[in-house]
Amino acid sequence: MNILVFVKQTFDTEETVVVQGGRVSEDNVRFVLNPYDEYAVEQAVQVKEEFGGEVTVVAVGQERMEQALRTALAMGADKAALVEDDGSLDEYGVAKVLAAFARRGTYDLLFAGQATVDGASAQTGPRVAEELGVPVVAAILRFTLEGDRAVVERDMEGYSERLSVPLPALFTAQQGLNEPRYPTLPNVMKAKKKPLERLTLEDLGLARERLLGRTATVECFVAPKTRQRRMLQGSPEAQAQALADELRRFVLPD
Amino acid sequence: MAADQDKAPRGGSFLLEDVNPAQVFTPEDFTPEQKVIAETTRRFVDEEVLPNGEQLEHQDWDLTVKLLRRAGELGLLAADVPEAYGGLGLDKVSSSLITEALTRGGSFALSVGAHVGIGTLPIVYFGNADQRARYLPALASGEKFAAYALTEPGSGSDALGAKATARLSPDGRHYILNGTKQFITNAAFADVFIVYAKIDGEHFSAFIVDRSSPGLTTGPEERKMGIKASSTRQLILQDVHVPVENLLGDPGRGHVIAFNILNIGRHKLAVGCVGGMKAAIEASVRYAKQRRQFQRAIAEFPLIQQKLADMNIRTFVTESMAYRTTGDMDRELAALGGSFDGPSAARAIAEYALECSADKVYASEALDFVVDEGVQIHGGVGYIQEYPIERMYRDSRINRIFEGTNEINRLLIPDMLLRKAMRGELGLFPAAEALQRELLSGGHLAADGGDPADPLAAERQLLAQAKKVFLFVGASAVQKYMQALEGEQETLAALADIVIEIYALDSALLRAAKAVWRGESAGAGDSARNQVEMVRVYAREAMERIDARARQILAGMEEGDALRTQLAVLRRLTRFEPVNSKALKRAIAARVIAAEKYVS
Repeated sequence: MNILVFVKQTFDTEETVVVQGGRVSEDNVRFVLNPYDEYAVEQAVQVKEEFGGEVTVVAVGQERMEQALRTALAMGADKAALVEDDGSLDEYGVAKVLAAFARRGTYDLLFAGQATVDGASAQTGPRVAEELGVPVVAAILRFTLEGDRAVVERDMEGYSERLSVPLPALFTAQQGLNEPRYPTLPNVMKAKKKPLERLTLEDLGLARERLLGRTATVECFVAPKTRQRRMLQGSPEAQAQALADELRRFVLPD
Repeated sequence: MAADQDKAPRGGSFLLEDVNPAQVFTPEDFTPEQKVIAETTRRFVDEEVLPNGEQLEHQDWDLTVKLLRRAGELGLLAADVPEAYGGLGLDKVSSSLITEALTRGGSFALSVGAHVGIGTLPIVYFGNADQRARYLPALASGEKFAAYALTEPGSGSDALGAKATARLSPDGRHYILNGTKQFITNAAFADVFIVYAKIDGEHFSAFIVDRSSPGLTTGPEERKMGIKASSTRQLILQDVHVPVENLLGDPGRGHVIAFNILNIGRHKLAVGCVGGMKAAIEASVRYAKQRRQFQRAIAEFPLIQQKLADMNIRTFVTESMAYRTTGDMDRELAALGGSFDGPSAARAIAEYALECSADKVYASEALDFVVDEGVQIHGGVGYIQEYPIERMYRDSRINRIFEGTNEINRLLIPDMLLRKAMRGELGLFPAAEALQRELLSGGHLAADGGDPADPLAAERQLLAQAKKVFLFVGASAVQKYMQALEGEQETLAALADIVIEIYALDSALLRAAKAVWRGESAGAGDSARNQVEMVRVYAREAMERIDARARQILAGMEEGDALRTQLAVLRRLTRFEPVNSKALKRAIAARVIAAEKYVS
């Protein structure tokens, strides 16, 4: 099995988002391998361990992405590639880059996280599949190989679906697909010796101006807190009156 | 510059030389692998240690052992053990990152620390091939755990005054050990003890003692103020037969092992304190944002902000010092060429014994400051056990006591400096003479402003002046007391304080300068600005403390006109223009509050 996993480095979900100068500040932020990508990497490594083969992980973005790739290598991936860019491409461009990388090899299986915890659009995986013309099943919760087909399950509203998919195909991983392993220290050290290829867009035959997004960020702001608490003051009667006024305003806005 | 970066500076040289920021290791220099290692440790703590925090505090040793074994599976116990003996042989930065990340999990970190540090390292550095092969693989994997038994009821700081004895058995095959060791971390479950005893009551030596040895017992669990998740008991040795092959190092040379291991222990302690400080800041800032008084979050009040800023600054300074020392050790070890024997590695680390002591004293006092302010921010609930800051406050206190009390470490610092100067390794005396000539010539001593494009020009000047203050009062004290200096403990400790302040400021300033330099080349800069602002505030506060210590030293030596003359010189050296630290601290605090954690 030749397996390719698309990964990204994202904010640790524990981090507080600070918007500064119209963008999300990356100062003092701890970055991790996107949590959904961990499930994708784990699944790829499990398939390799059971059926043999090779796992490649690839990311598009800044130098710092190397840490996420090293994590994936320490989890058991065999080789990694970083397509260097400034991190500003949107799903449209990123999918084109990842697809171009995928075309350089022959892969039986492609995995991605079902979404990234930063962009959260859940588009990149399906877009890459579309670019490559392979079937895609998003947000899978079970994965098994049966001959030359993959049998996968995913949760729908109130029921589950089991699908049999011919390979090559792309699957995006949902939380619960498996229990991602820790990158243990011995494996981190072994990962140091695994190949990490650095590529430019030109290496993939891509012109950046043709990758630019069809979307533009108009504004970036911290979502206002929707829950507001107000303590009513005064005598019980005054408080009851204030509450009634408040409710009336809520039911009958002017 | 590459060659420069590979060369580690001599221990203590920071007092005399201006260091190029590129030569200083900073947390901004961590490699991707080092970050992944920190991340793995952090995840282990968050997912497996912290959820068990309460049970660990109640001394469930089965759970402690289970988690220690799990740490072993992840490789967290193998960092300092060479690959040839089943370890990972990682650099000291990696092993420091593990230590730091573990302290977030409370005093379980101590169980790990005592095992991998003072428990295992004596065999790593001073064991022979046979001892290393017999013990290290199981210690690195977490199959067995180690403890360190130096202190006795009658000998704490005076470690060499130990009463435990060893005598050779008539058949020459065993040493027979007798004595009582006190405050032994991990005693409840350790399999291997490094025990110090005097052969024939005279020759201080170290032994590897198996727990299964007949005659070895432990006392009841001590009821401690804090660090309750760690086991502390007496180790009682009654005619314990230790095979002669388990004598560690040469007979009568136990002090070499003890002192070297203490160096490393002090360094690890400092790094651990950094983790504790970060955890305390997180808990405090989160509480300050959530707690409302007078219709607003207390984090909005400037006095709370001032505390958060001070906590953040101290943490930044401590982190800068501790990792600078770590980086220097790594370069010194790397210079040995990879395949070094234990004693030469220990010697390489001992080059920075002075820095280790400075880090230990500074870090333990900074942690005490940070948890104390943390409790204060929490107000009444900070005194209640439901809140983690209460535990952090109690856990912090021991750091000023173990691994050499801060008083002992303070006395060691001037002693080490003078020895280095006498051996000609450090040009203290020529530098003091040059300063004397400069002072007598009545030359221009005040700040000259420096390079206007350098955002840290004034602080560099302050630092240079601080170094002169040390030379000035240090030389005065040496001249005044000569051989009697050893008995002048107050003066020695005050001199140590000045040295520590200089190392702290030097490290923080170089780190900020490196961030500025990197920011300029990378086009970033917010982080550099935060660091610059912290140093601008801190440099002046440090100078005030240095000035106070210097005055105290001078006033203890001279009086009348002689004193007035010396104070006049001091004033020329310690003059500086204040900055608006109120505004700077508000800006620093705003970043801490936004990020809800320590920000560098």
